[in-house]
Amino acid sequence: MNATACGAAPAIEVAGLRKSFGSVEAVSGLSFAVVRGEFFGFLGPNGAGKTTTINMLIGLARPDAGTIRVGGIDCTRNPKAAQSLIGVVPDESNLYPELTGFDNLSFCAALYGLPKAERTARARELLAAFGLEKAADRRFGGYSKGMRRKLAIAAGVIHRPEMLFLDEPTTGIDVASARQIRQFLSDIHRAGTTVFLTTHYIEEAERLCGRIAFIVSGRIVREDTVARLLDPVKGRHLVRIEWNNRAGEMCARLAAAFPELSFQPEGPGLVRVESGEPVRVGPLVRFLEEAGAEVAEARRLRPSLEDVFVQVTGLAAGALGREEEKGGHAA
Amino acid sequence: MKRWIAFWNIVAKDMRAYYLKPPNISWGLIFPLAWTGMLFIRTGSGLESILSVLPGVVCVSILFGTTSMLAVTVTFEKKNRAFERLLVAPVPLELLMLAKTGGAIAFGVANALVPIILASFLVDLSQLDAGVVVPAVLLIATASTFLGLFIAVAVSEVFEAQTFSNFFRFPMLFLCGLFFPIAKLPALLRPLSYALPLTYGADLLRGGIVGGNALPYALDFAALLAFCLTLFAASLWNVRRRWIA
Repeated sequence: MNATACGAAPAIEVAGLRKSFGSVEAVSGLSFAVVRGEFFGFLGPNGAGKTTTINMLIGLARPDAGTIRVGGIDCTRNPKAAQSLIGVVPDESNLYPELTGFDNLSFCAALYGLPKAERTARARELLAAFGLEKAADRRFGGYSKGMRRKLAIAAGVIHRPEMLFLDEPTTGIDVASARQIRQFLSDIHRAGTTVFLTTHYIEEAERLCGRIAFIVSGRIVREDTVARLLDPVKGRHLVRIEWNNRAGEMCARLAAAFPELSFQPEGPGLVRVESGEPVRVGPLVRFLEEAGAEVAEARRLRPSLEDVFVQVTGLAAGALGREEEKGGHAA
Repeated sequence: MKRWIAFWNIVAKDMRAYYLKPPNISWGLIFPLAWTGMLFIRTGSGLESILSVLPGVVCVSILFGTTSMLAVTVTFEKKNRAFERLLVAPVPLELLMLAKTGGAIAFGVANALVPIILASFLVDLSQLDAGVVVPAVLLIATASTFLGLFIAVAVSEVFEAQTFSNFFRFPMLFLCGLFFPIAKLPALLRPLSYALPLTYGADLLRGGIVGGNALPYALDFAALLAFCLTLFAASLWNVRRRWIA
């Protein structure tokens, strides 16, 4: 979907963006547009150029070539004017450890010129929204990782920005905090905020975003709505089987015994089974057990963006550097 | 108006988070006291010698007080990425850096007051020319702070800022005529003295406190002002080149 094609004014327009560090080209001619009110995902493996791109969009880095317009303002010429429209949540919770949670939010609000009464009210409102009221008067340095992340997101939206840029907002935090953050992001998006999210959690991008761009080695290799991206894998049937044996050897035997199915080893004792028809799990498990494997798990999977990513990029899903949140899966 | 809300809050945050902490307050009090005591004992003369060492002690108090703080308020914040939060705020870089240095300038002025107030109890300061001393203290504090800023934005680590600061600070103790007249320095070193901002600040303070300035006041003020502008402009250039690259 092209931003201008949908008729809505673009919130972010990027054309021919390039950035090199020495001889390494981190961003190679990116062009894309994000419509006002859209939840846009920027998905790619570590080192793909996501953070470099977001840094250029928010005015923390200068492009070597290309143009960036945020809210219609040319960021390369007038970055400070554009910065008044945006909120930023960097990949690290970079607030002030010596200040309390409340003081941090109040200070961040002051950076955007909010008067004192409004700063106080907004800080209290966001502390309550993230369940941090009891920690309001504690120093930020003593917060847990999940609490830090929530406060960093609160600081990013303290001035009610039109656009919010988030760099890996839920990486490495506990499940409950991640869910709370996703719910908050969904809420502010519904309220009209344009959200630009970079992540390597495919499930997170699929759940939150309306449109996604896959970036690999500084280039966008595919960009579309989540629904359209998922089209090619609709109707595919997937099963993941795990057992205590070597995957490669057993895969070959499985492929010979079930020629109608496709088998992809995903690691030691882990295989992904794919077919255009429903996969019957029982015969597969029986075959493995009769071959001496001890099956630990056989699970049907829903075709997901991960499959699309693998198809489009030719990279293994592991290239996204999948991490699990503390105590559970990203989803 | 919005920019000034940001400006004052950055200054207030730095004052609260860094400058008004007990270690810094005690440093601001003890450092000038130690210098005054040391030089007073070393000269071995009567109370009147306080007046002769007072301009130097005031300069040293300002120089060390201001330059040491920038390593924390700028280099440390850049290192832990809190500075990025300021760089993405809609505050012009010039105003932002003035806010980040405003607290240090105020801290430098406060440091200068310690030896002057102490001296006022021991010697007659009625000859002190406030019209020269007050703007001189302000300009010395500003030039020293901008020197600290120049160093802080040129390095990546706090320890580098401290080391680099000492590279400038300690030679200035001997080269700027704080305690030893420039005329008594080897001829080879004298041009170096006039390339350092504190030379002009110390000359102004000597003229305003005890009389006998070596250079015209206008030249001293102009030179200090030029150092302030050059160091600030160079610091901004470095921030744009290194941190928004």
